[in-house]
Amino acid sequence: MTPFTLHQGIAAPLLRDNIDTDTIIPSREMRTVSRSGLADGLFAPWRYTDVDARVAHPDFVLNQACYAGASIMLAGLNFGCGSSREHAVWAMMEWGVKVVIAPSFATIFRNNALRNGLLTIELTRDRIEWLAHWVSADPQVNPLTVDLQACTILSGAGREKEVFQIDPIARAMLIEGLDEIGLTEQSLNHIEDFEHRDQLRRPWAYLVDPH
Amino acid sequence: MTLFDKLWQEHEVETLSERQSLLYVDRIFLHERTGSVALNSLLEHGRPVRRRQHAFCTMDHIVDTIPGRSDDTLMPSGRDFIVATRSAARETGIQLFDIQDPDQGIVHVISPELGIALPGLSLICPDSHTCTLGGLGVLAWGVGSTEAEHALATSTLRVTRPQTMRVQFIGSMAEHVTAKDLILYTIRSLSASGGAGYAIEFAGPAIVALPVESRLTLCNMATELSAFTGLIAPDEQVIDYCQGRPFAPRGAAWEAAIRHWQTLQSDADAQFDSEHRIDIGSLKPQLTWGTSPQHCIDWDEEIPGAGEAPDEATAASWQQAQAYMGVTAGHRLSDYPLDAAFIGSCTNSRLSDLRDAASYLTQTGHRVAKGVKALCVPGSGRVKRAAEAEGIDAVFRQAGFEWREPGCSMCFFAGGESLGEGVRVASTTNRNFQGRQGLGVRTHLGSPLSVVASACAGHLLADMTP
Ligand code: SF4
Repeated sequence: MTPFTLHQGIAAPLLRDNIDTDTIIPSREMRTVSRSGLADGLFAPWRYTDVDARVAHPDFVLNQACYAGASIMLAGLNFGCGSSREHAVWAMMEWGVKVVIAPSFATIFRNNALRNGLLTIELTRDRIEWLAHWVSADPQVNPLTVDLQACTILSGAGREKEVFQIDPIARAMLIEGLDEIGLTEQSLNHIEDFEHRDQLRRPWAYLVDPH
Repeated sequence: MTLFDKLWQEHEVETLSERQSLLYVDRIFLHERTGSVALNSLLEHGRPVRRRQHAFCTMDHIVDTIPGRSDDTLMPSGRDFIVATRSAARETGIQLFDIQDPDQGIVHVISPELGIALPGLSLICPDSHTCTLGGLGVLAWGVGSTEAEHALATSTLRVTRPQTMRVQFIGSMAEHVTAKDLILYTIRSLSASGGAGYAIEFAGPAIVALPVESRLTLCNMATELSAFTGLIAPDEQVIDYCQGRPFAPRGAAWEAAIRHWQTLQSDADAQFDSEHRIDIGSLKPQLTWGTSPQHCIDWDEEIPGAGEAPDEATAASWQQAQAYMGVTAGHRLSDYPLDAAFIGSCTNSRLSDLRDAASYLTQTGHRVAKGVKALCVPGSGRVKRAAEAEGIDAVFRQAGFEWREPGCSMCFFAGGESLGEGVRVASTTNRNFQGRQGLGVRTHLGSPLSVVASACAGHLLADMTP
């Protein structure tokens, strides 16, 4: 996983509540057994007027020239709800999104994001609206700077500082670009100890390997 | 301690921080849609499945449900998923319930049926409806593909501990009111994000009285409350249900399991972070009118107008939903003719669901109304064979239903089979999201009884009185 420390980028507001993973990447856009080839289907129901012919919807924020190259998304409540598909995160990252800022996230989405190095930040709706307002005045000259070391978002002409809270473990994982499986493998002796104790307590829970 | 606290403690390998623990994962279930990605990634990293006898996989999401099906699917690239899943399962040595396997079926239907999900186990699956198994007292929750890969490689997951909530139902349910109505009403009462951050225990006399398969229906939709999972304390009924299942313990191990399961309930003095009481004495069958499971009303109630919405954002979302659904505030759902009816999905495709719907057909002698396309898709090979042995398939067929092979089918649209733009369908599934069952499809959620009654009436209806 690529470490995340600091990111400056263009922010695009998509301030709807309950944006679900079916909308972020519809099932029919997940055509292959892989984590890639998904960017084209990102937000397909909103992004295209004709999905099959890929005719761009002029009103959709990511289609507007002023938001070209956006890498930070400002969103509404309960972002990423619905299906557990991790493809939602992969599609966003492939498209170029590095940070999503929303008042709240669905748990599975937040976990999926963290495990792929996509930073999710919770801020109050007021603050997100303020950021969206400032950014949209001229998105290309009003980027946001997200500093994960300092837990701040810098914006505004006077470089207003927004402080955010994040789970310390999640922060460390992102900053160090840790592979979670590798991390857990360091606990292997704890896992084996647990199994020894547990097999006495719950012998019925362990199946025999038929191979 | 609450039931959830006990399950958490029993599976805690290591405390990682104040809120996060390394939890032991007893069972992993995969399907060809998201599981194939996890298996492939594991293989790419050169990691084996740590305990392959604890990992299982089924073909349910992409495989067709039309009789005579094969690896080729109506979804254009479906075959790739099926072939990749089969070869990854073979390479990793995990057990696959392949298309022709007599035990194949929807993941959340077959895991309890085969005794792979058992009370007191922890079980994960890269699928949001894994919470279904909470109905047996399994600590079961949905994850993404990377977490599934983590569990396959290490038999554990790093999990942030949710808070605990108890929902107690007061009163008992009237005849013709089902677990589906109960959960739809709960979502309507608490909202689609009302369970966010919580593991929810469902309790009360109505739950104790609820048959095991209905408990699975109830917990299935805990994810529609945005909950971490749903749970019901296992009791004698659950023990009877599990006995003799292919992967259930036998002999001394079975006795040890029962002793353990009998401890799995919240203590009398257990403290929950949140408590709700819902009176269900006068509960009527529920149907959804909109594009979220919380857009739900009594079957004979009027569709709400924007003026009744609690705030402006809700009013706007109601208007959007009504435009998509082609329904008008102030009307009743019975005003709208139906194009299709779907009985199936991990919510309502078990034998008791099919029996409910079939007995309506035999008692009333009604047939599917003209112009309505009606489908019944059993949840598993076992359900299908049991139903056929009882003659349920003949009842459905004679009434005008198609009788399918087991799978998720049109519960969701993957690019293959769908009902068509603008089609209004009464459905026993769990999500009425825009486009969930296909581009432009208008889904109304209800119980198997409501759906079969609607199919016969030719319009949305949940009046079960013949
Ligand atoms: S039946 Fe529907 S909700 Fe259930 S696992 Fe299949 S696609 Fe998901």
